[in-house]
Amino acid sequence: MSDLRQIAFYGKGGIGKSTTSQNTLAALAQMGQKILIVGCDPKADSTRLILHAKAQDTILSLAAEAGSVEDLELEDVMKVGYRDIRCVESGGPEPGVGCAGRGVITSINFLEENGAYDGMDYVSYDVLGDVVCGGFAMPIRENKAQEIYIVMSGEMMAMYAANNISKGVLKYANSGGVRLGGLICNERQTDKELELAEALAGKLGTRLIHFVPRDNIVQHAELRRMTVMEFAPDSKQAAEYRTLAEKVHANKGNGIIPTPITMDELEDLLMAHGIMKQIDESQVGKTAADLAA
Amino acid sequence: MPQSADKVIDHENLFREPEYQDMLANKKAFEFNHSDAKIQEIVQWTKTEDYKQKNFAREGLTVNPAKACQPLGAVYVANGFHKTLSFVHGSQGCVAYYRSHFSRHFKEPTSCVSSSMTEDAAVFGGLNNMIDGLANTYNLYQPDMIAVSTTCMAEVIGDDLNAFIKTAKEKGSVPQEFDVPFAHTPAFVGSHITGYDNALLGVLKHFWDGKADTAPKLTRVPGEAINFIGGFDGFVVGNMKEIKRIMDLFGVEYNVICDPSEVWNTPTDGEFRMYEGGTTKETVERALNAKATIIFQEFSCEKTAKFIGEHGQEVVVLNSPIGVAGTDRFLMEISRLTGKPIPAQLEKERGLLVDAMADSQAHLHGKRYALYGDPDFLLGLSEFLLELGAEPAHVVATNGEKDWEAKMNTLFASSQYGAACKAYPKRDLWHLRSLLFTEPVDFLIGNTYGKYLERDTGTPLIRMVFPIFDRHHYHVRPIWGYEGGMRVLVDLLDEYFETLDANTIVAGKTDYSYDIIR
Repeated sequence: MSDLRQIAFYGKGGIGKSTTSQNTLAALAQMGQKILIVGCDPKADSTRLILHAKAQDTILSLAAEAGSVEDLELEDVMKVGYRDIRCVESGGPEPGVGCAGRGVITSINFLEENGAYDGMDYVSYDVLGDVVCGGFAMPIRENKAQEIYIVMSGEMMAMYAANNISKGVLKYANSGGVRLGGLICNERQTDKELELAEALAGKLGTRLIHFVPRDNIVQHAELRRMTVMEFAPDSKQAAEYRTLAEKVHANKGNGIIPTPITMDELEDLLMAHGIMKQIDESQVGKTAADLAA
Repeated sequence: MPQSADKVIDHENLFREPEYQDMLANKKAFEFNHSDAKIQEIVQWTKTEDYKQKNFAREGLTVNPAKACQPLGAVYVANGFHKTLSFVHGSQGCVAYYRSHFSRHFKEPTSCVSSSMTEDAAVFGGLNNMIDGLANTYNLYQPDMIAVSTTCMAEVIGDDLNAFIKTAKEKGSVPQEFDVPFAHTPAFVGSHITGYDNALLGVLKHFWDGKADTAPKLTRVPGEAINFIGGFDGFVVGNMKEIKRIMDLFGVEYNVICDPSEVWNTPTDGEFRMYEGGTTKETVERALNAKATIIFQEFSCEKTAKFIGEHGQEVVVLNSPIGVAGTDRFLMEISRLTGKPIPAQLEKERGLLVDAMADSQAHLHGKRYALYGDPDFLLGLSEFLLELGAEPAHVVATNGEKDWEAKMNTLFASSQYGAACKAYPKRDLWHLRSLLFTEPVDFLIGNTYGKYLERDTGTPLIRMVFPIFDRHHYHVRPIWGYEGGMRVLVDLLDEYFETLDANTIVAGKTDYSYDIIR
């Protein structure tokens, strides 16, 4: 139990967080690690590629049926997928009602109290989008994830989200043990993406753990509800994920307390890499057509 | 052991027995508590000007606020309507607090139900709790109306009462035409007077504005009646009786909107009255046609006053008038609105109050008071104190804002006794504690929680503010009207004479002033 490594994947919505995390964890499983994935997204799609299906029995949907969380058994919610990876999904309310953040808290408490982590080498939390409220910060609170990996890309808003998540990590880092493990850049083929990602990592006081290149094979695997690791273990992309997994595995204890930057500094960063010209007030709010004219 | 079955010692004396004294001393040593000298040093420091400055510079902390939360006001309002059950959408513990708070003050049972939200409701939203809760309430307690309000929990997750109640009706919890007025009352915004306002507005909107789009809006047919709205009032049992007596003496047609005075004053005769008295639905609907509405407490009814005004009536807004001039204004407004003369009986009562004030004036003149409570009550009582030649020196309203402060300052400026008086909006009882040390007063007027200030500062406490838990039945006599003024006068005098007697009671030393005639 003392060797249990708890990690969490955060990042802007749609960045490929679940895909990256599942492939990385599948690679870790191939390395012989015993893994539990805790999906902390009301959409409950954090374990789809491991289970080959969307998990229907989320903790919260079953709790609602049973009347309360106390009436649930661990076996009811835990599914076993590729390479014996254990999967649970917290689930959550329908869009527009209730409180998904509270749902994350409820689910994680349930898992801890019922010994879901016993005998595991890795617990990985997959958390939706941004850290919008205290509930979604649950995995980074004390005695939860030791290392946070932020999945990002060279897009402005993905970097903005990465910076915001760092702020959340910083908030809990001083009182608890949570550290920023590093950035994982999921290539979007934007301008000077690698340089930008490395520069942002530097600003945040961390490292770019790995730059995952874009490869269509990921789509082919996803269409079959599989990870690349399972779909095409000998492919180039699988090797990339394997490298990433090895880096994560070797990164134990190397997490840092991040140094988030201001919005202005973030813009300066984009300028320094020539993505954005010096802020010219005459250009603000102008459309591309305006500028061409 | 000091305790035995033959002679049971109450805790008042039990813990003074040597066994317990030893135990407490040992406990203190065991816990490495600070020395008595150190504790005294800090206690003395909290009495200084230096500490007061730091205390008033306090930003992130409130200590003993003189206010309660919104749903308490909403439960009060629901209790003011005939056969209406208060339904709080939220957790059970909150509702237990509202019930016990009222029951401890009025010494009567207070009926109120919750939707019993638990963790799953917090995650998925409380719709199912609303559906089951309304059905249970309707079937178990057979109310004529269910008035819904909310606690923090429902508000933080954003439950939508309008949609929930409509859905619950579709699912058959209560009949479609059953009246379920509602109000969102987030407990972390405002205070119990905000909750009173929101809940009362919810009821009026329901009946006047088409029952949440399920019935035609009522059309106003201007009539001659006068509406009366009292606001949140811990003395409602006595006060409402007095208001009705005054209206009857005038012989005017009137509607009291929200009257919990009977449900909080039921007899012990073998029959439990879950519902008693209260404003009927017919009265609420009729109230739309009234010539005018008198709102006795402005800050309890800010939104309600605006709503009524927009429905074509004159709205007269008062600030809990207490004493001669305040009651004069109230009566003259009734007279102006109805064209009826001031009844001779009331004129006589006015004379009696003035006579009593004149008889006792020498004792209260120049006395300095600190008072806290709701904004309107403080305006009314301060005016009366000034009439008596006394000084409302420190006036603290945790739920008072800038506009209240401005009104207080206008009041202070209107009297020569107001020069050294100051109003403190948004301050709490710990601020007041500092004031009582650095700028002492003769008496403190507040609620039961003021007894800690009385203990710490030695300022005698007069209980005249909700809630009063440690004295019984104060609420059955009014503080409004000339009769109420008489009661307030007697209370002020009682405390003055008691204090004077206590200060002169030592035989052969101070009893040269221990007089028979005061």
